[in-house]
Amino acid sequence: MNSVSFGQIEGLFDSSVKLPSIMDELSLGVVIMDLDRRILLLNRTFEVLSGFTREEVWGVPCRDVLRTNICQQKCPVIQAEESNAPVSIEGNIINRERQKIPVRLTAVPLSDVRGNVVGFLETVEDIRPLQQLNDSILQTDSFGQLIGRSSKMKDLFRLIPVVAQTDSSLLITGETGTGKDVLAEVIHKASDRAKGSFIKINCGALPETLLESELFGHKKGAFTGAVNDKMGRLRLAHNGTLYLTEIGDLPLTLQVKLLTFLDDKVVYPLGSTNGFQAEVRVIAATHRNLEQMVKEGLFRQDLLFRLNVVRLHLSPLRERGGDIDLLLNHFLKLFSARFGKRIQGFSQQVRQLLLNYAYPGNVRELRNIVEYASNICQTKLIGMEHLPAYLADVTTVNNEDEGPEAHAFLPISHEGLKKTSGMNWAAIERQLIVDTLVKVNGRRSKAAEILGWGRSTLWRKMKQYGLES
Amino acid sequence: MSQKILITLIESEVAPRFDLATEVLISSLGEDGSIVENKTMVLAHESAEDLCQLILTEEVKVVICGGIEGEFFDYLTWKKVRVLDSVMGPWERALDRFRSGDLEAGAILYDRIERKSHVQ
Repeated sequence: MNSVSFGQIEGLFDSSVKLPSIMDELSLGVVIMDLDRRILLLNRTFEVLSGFTREEVWGVPCRDVLRTNICQQKCPVIQAEESNAPVSIEGNIINRERQKIPVRLTAVPLSDVRGNVVGFLETVEDIRPLQQLNDSILQTDSFGQLIGRSSKMKDLFRLIPVVAQTDSSLLITGETGTGKDVLAEVIHKASDRAKGSFIKINCGALPETLLESELFGHKKGAFTGAVNDKMGRLRLAHNGTLYLTEIGDLPLTLQVKLLTFLDDKVVYPLGSTNGFQAEVRVIAATHRNLEQMVKEGLFRQDLLFRLNVVRLHLSPLRERGGDIDLLLNHFLKLFSARFGKRIQGFSQQVRQLLLNYAYPGNVRELRNIVEYASNICQTKLIGMEHLPAYLADVTTVNNEDEGPEAHAFLPISHEGLKKTSGMNWAAIERQLIVDTLVKVNGRRSKAAEILGWGRSTLWRKMKQYGLES
Repeated sequence: MSQKILITLIESEVAPRFDLATEVLISSLGEDGSIVENKTMVLAHESAEDLCQLILTEEVKVVICGGIEGEFFDYLTWKKVRVLDSVMGPWERALDRFRSGDLEAGAILYDRIERKSHVQ
């Protein structure tokens, strides 16, 4: 087999160029095979990775050379042939040196000038460095742009790699400013779809007709003003991730259309009967209570079920234990460097205030506070005078790890809110307990239910505020 | 010397991965190298550990397989089992080559058709 050549490229340059010489320059392993999936050509990177040379394995079935754990079950080349589109899968190979190496495989059908498939190209990426990075991430206080060391965030960091490896629809819930967009992007980047597009669309930002065209695209002449064909975001997200933020604001009519897409994964642009099979993972996010919206008839229950295959909840900052301190230091370092300041930290009074503040706007609000203070501050320590004015009259809350949504949906009426202005959080909470107990004639279990707490939490808080009789 | 040979199988070929094999052939060879018995076993599941255990309990002396992790190669070698790995091609051909004494690790036993236009 040492008398074979490995192809030339003609017509691209003034003189013909040897194909291997181009492929050898790539840092990605490349394998070219014929229609029977027999090896035609390997590049140098794959030779190093696998331990086989192109001369010795020419004409050998690819499964004997690649030796991946997925060859037998779901060969990416067969999948690429069936779908006539690139397919990317993670797995591992065992090379000639008997090492098991985690890899990302991407298979693409190769067509001749007439469009007939003549063979396949498969890229093999060694993802050991990426996995080492992931391992180190789990040891630190961050995952991508998500930062936290509270138990809730650590649990989330452990879930992200698992969730990223599936293609199931994902629903991210959490209050405003908790980092839903960041989480969606982190999951996309940690997934097999990282090389595909991450397409974001805000369901609340566009009018219904525009949104439909944005999502599904349209054909020329489909409506007045449709002067050209337009690819929708769903099609743009092919082989990638579509992120639908503010899904709770999606109009009911579009909810039906989205549901149909989630069921059969075919995109029909407006005015067209020709569908496109889109390989898209859908991630949706909302700060709204979708279950409640279903009850009120504002959100389709079947769509909720379809999106809610995997659900991740981002806890509000006030429930994230020691994360406030971590985030304060992180953003201070970030903005000090960005604005060219030499700010060393916060004064004791400011730190105390910021650690006890309730952060209704969550991480986004904390970030803005630090950005504002870093801008204003001309000294080495951020003092009270550098904080936004509204913080002068703050309500504070203890940062204990309290039950989920402990304060997220507090049943305070507008009158109640007026009554509480000027009170600190402890006083508001005490008043809230008293009001609720009065309303339910002292029945603690009923009061706990209304407040969204367990009976023991209510008892603990009553004891804390001296309300025990 | 009579001995037992184990070949990991996928259809009629040597399985590309030791740890993913679900079928094996155990061939008992007589003193003169002739085949006394060929026994095919379907394994309950894929497992390199269970396969190593089977090799030891069946007192196999030689394993012919495709890719194998270093950990299992070293273990079997330590247990005095000879491992001929990275063998590619039909298992019958591998067994014949072994019996005639010219099978080595890394042997490629496929018939390869020469290309029409690219052979220099």
